[in-house]
Amino acid sequence: MKKKRRTMLYIPGNNPAMLQQGGIYGADSLLLDLEDAVALNQKDAARILVRNMIQSIDYYNAEICVRVNHIDTPFGLEDLEEIVPLQPDAIRFPKTESVEELAKIIKIIEDIEDKHGLPHDKMTLHLMIETALGVQNVFDIAKFSKRVDAITIGGQDLTADMNIKSTKDGSGIDFARKMIVMAAKANKIDVIDTVFVDVNDEEGLRLETEYAKQIGFTGKAVINPRQIDIIHEVYMPTDQEIRKAYRIIKEFKKNKKLGIGVFAIDGKMIDAPIVTRATHVLELAQIDFNTI
Amino acid sequence: MKNVIGREIPEYIEGVGKIDMFVGAWEKLKKGWMDEVTIPPPNKAKLPHQSKICKTLEEAIIKTSPKDGMTVSFHHHLRNGDNILVNSIEILAKMGIKNITLASSSLNEVHNPILKYLKDGTITKIWSSGIRGEIGKAISEGVLDLPVTIHSHGGRVRAIHTGKINVDLAIIAASAADNEGNATGCKGKSAFGSMGYASIDTRYAKQVIVVSDNIVDYPCIPISITQNFVDYVVKIDSIGDASKIATGSTRITKSPIDLRIAKLAANVIEHSGSFKNGFSFQVGAGGASLAVAKYIREKMKKAEIKGSFILGGVTSYGVDMLNEGLFNTIFDVQSFDAAVCSSLINNSNHIEIPAALYANPFNCGCMTNKLDIVVLGALEIDTNFNVNVITGSDGTIRGASGGHCDTASGATLTIVVCPSFRGRIPIVKKSIHTVVTPGESIDVLVTERGICVNPLKPELEENLIKAGLNVRKIEDLQEEIASIVGEVQEIEFTDKIVGLIEYRDGTIIDVIRQVKHHG
Repeated sequence: MKKKRRTMLYIPGNNPAMLQQGGIYGADSLLLDLEDAVALNQKDAARILVRNMIQSIDYYNAEICVRVNHIDTPFGLEDLEEIVPLQPDAIRFPKTESVEELAKIIKIIEDIEDKHGLPHDKMTLHLMIETALGVQNVFDIAKFSKRVDAITIGGQDLTADMNIKSTKDGSGIDFARKMIVMAAKANKIDVIDTVFVDVNDEEGLRLETEYAKQIGFTGKAVINPRQIDIIHEVYMPTDQEIRKAYRIIKEFKKNKKLGIGVFAIDGKMIDAPIVTRATHVLELAQIDFNTI
Repeated sequence: MKNVIGREIPEYIEGVGKIDMFVGAWEKLKKGWMDEVTIPPPNKAKLPHQSKICKTLEEAIIKTSPKDGMTVSFHHHLRNGDNILVNSIEILAKMGIKNITLASSSLNEVHNPILKYLKDGTITKIWSSGIRGEIGKAISEGVLDLPVTIHSHGGRVRAIHTGKINVDLAIIAASAADNEGNATGCKGKSAFGSMGYASIDTRYAKQVIVVSDNIVDYPCIPISITQNFVDYVVKIDSIGDASKIATGSTRITKSPIDLRIAKLAANVIEHSGSFKNGFSFQVGAGGASLAVAKYIREKMKKAEIKGSFILGGVTSYGVDMLNEGLFNTIFDVQSFDAAVCSSLINNSNHIEIPAALYANPFNCGCMTNKLDIVVLGALEIDTNFNVNVITGSDGTIRGASGGHCDTASGATLTIVVCPSFRGRIPIVKKSIHTVVTPGESIDVLVTERGICVNPLKPELEENLIKAGLNVRKIEDLQEEIASIVGEVQEIEFTDKIVGLIEYRDGTIIDVIRQVKHHG
């Protein structure tokens, strides 16, 4: 079954206590951060700490993703040298702007993997789109490599790059959000919304998550564990939706055996897009399609 | 010898006598009556229209004819805002009284100044439900020759009834009182709410002084302490600082770990089989406990469940649930914030109860016996579910027994909530420093890393597993924690016993030994 990415919890790579406890909150993915959360004079320490934690801590079932520094900084290459051999589930790369840059990153990663005798198909890439140029190129970036498994919008950096104010309604980055969603959907990969920075505004978080879900985001980045349950609640299908999806898939399987592609339930036509949507609902509810 | 839960306890302790060993949480109560003699309260007399008013606390204390070897009692409803205990002991010390037994319902950091009177022989013995701050540390290091006795809230009442604690003088702080000694904790600038723990002292003490910074016209209403038990009344400038009762404990925690634990605990409650119309409920204040109340409140609203009563220490959060109709009644033995006072006065379903009714095991039914669900904390818990709430990771006394073993014994569902480790100190361990509450009365442990059900409750475990909760063996959890935090150096103790942990029925469940000094 496809892994859910409703929540991706940022954990500063230089905070041992938070790294130690990261797995307990039930986030779908953990983003062990070597980039913006870590001060310049702590990059070395964070890199070592994250390396050790990945090797020793049980993060239960969470996907482990390490956000490295950009390769144009003095830290990016060292991060990759240290982290790639550990083969976390994914590497998150910041400020991705072009396919040329992406090709360079993938080459570095695969060289490291070759050096350690590691396969090229285990660890995936998550790419952050955080600049206007990145948004402009996002369709090419999303389809460039099979290793790209998810893209994400970095709202704070994007508003800074666009020199606009970061507002609660997100109007300034709305077009970018939709561009990024389309690029992801066109390539059948996950797309993760930016963080909601006011950790005390639970209602604001809920509204923004509902909007993100509505326009197609598969999940949202999280900066405080207290935000996780709210996002999961938004993404969790209702009992009624689950029951309906279950019925659709059951009927779909029965009709498929008979060679029938389009059928009706309660007088309403069920065709391929509705079956696809029902499949997504069951995935979110952790119901295995094969058991129906 | 080892008692029934395997704690090594001497059969006889010099200065204490023969030790009555713990035999099981409910074993001693099974007969239906108790063999211990009940001590009658004193008979007293006062002539008509004789004034009880004293100008100073000192004058009142002198009138009680204090003597060496006396027992003085206090209540701790003002918690860290209390002004009375230290002042009273200072007066007694100035008078040259020695060898005092201090029987305060609890001792907090605010009482640190009396440490010098433990060192100079003014105070030589202590009974209390909790000891925090410098006093706890000093006792752990052996400042007293005789061990202190830690009792539960219910056990304190039992100990007074049976004459184990024989109070000569009770000094009772009230936020309002009249000139006859009728008193309340609910009114005035220092209002602190229920006087549940003080009630037994006034009935049994040979002499009772009521101290207040708010003497009102007769009669003082509502009446928590009645005049027929009071010998003297004193007006002073301030009984304490009511703002220090709560010290932030009534706010819902923002700690993600505490919230995580609370949410898991609320899920446990929801699927336990006990979450149904008419259920009764107790949680502590602060940390994860109050957050459990927040989640339970949401679940009750969603499932349209109405509870019966809230018991014990009461916060404004409990009052809100009463006002919303989620519970019918609050039985309040201790108010955790000043906001509770107006509810106590104005809401007839918010009822002040004495500690005897709350938790004394030696009667026909204390209210803890009617509890369905209680959520408790822990400083440590072992793989047999035995809980320590007294000694810290350094082996020193720093906590309170309070109503822990009383409620655990009475409730149908007893949940302990705590992080699996703090810093790099494991909380879930193979063995713990001190047992206060026996594992047989604990049903579930909830930590951020999973839920452990006592094997004595297989049906409960089945319910929680069916609900999809992360139920795991406590031994596995303990091993996981040990693998994270590594080996913790064991604390060394001497043979000297500095504390006795009395179970609610008066038997000794454990002892605390002196922490060994090096160098």
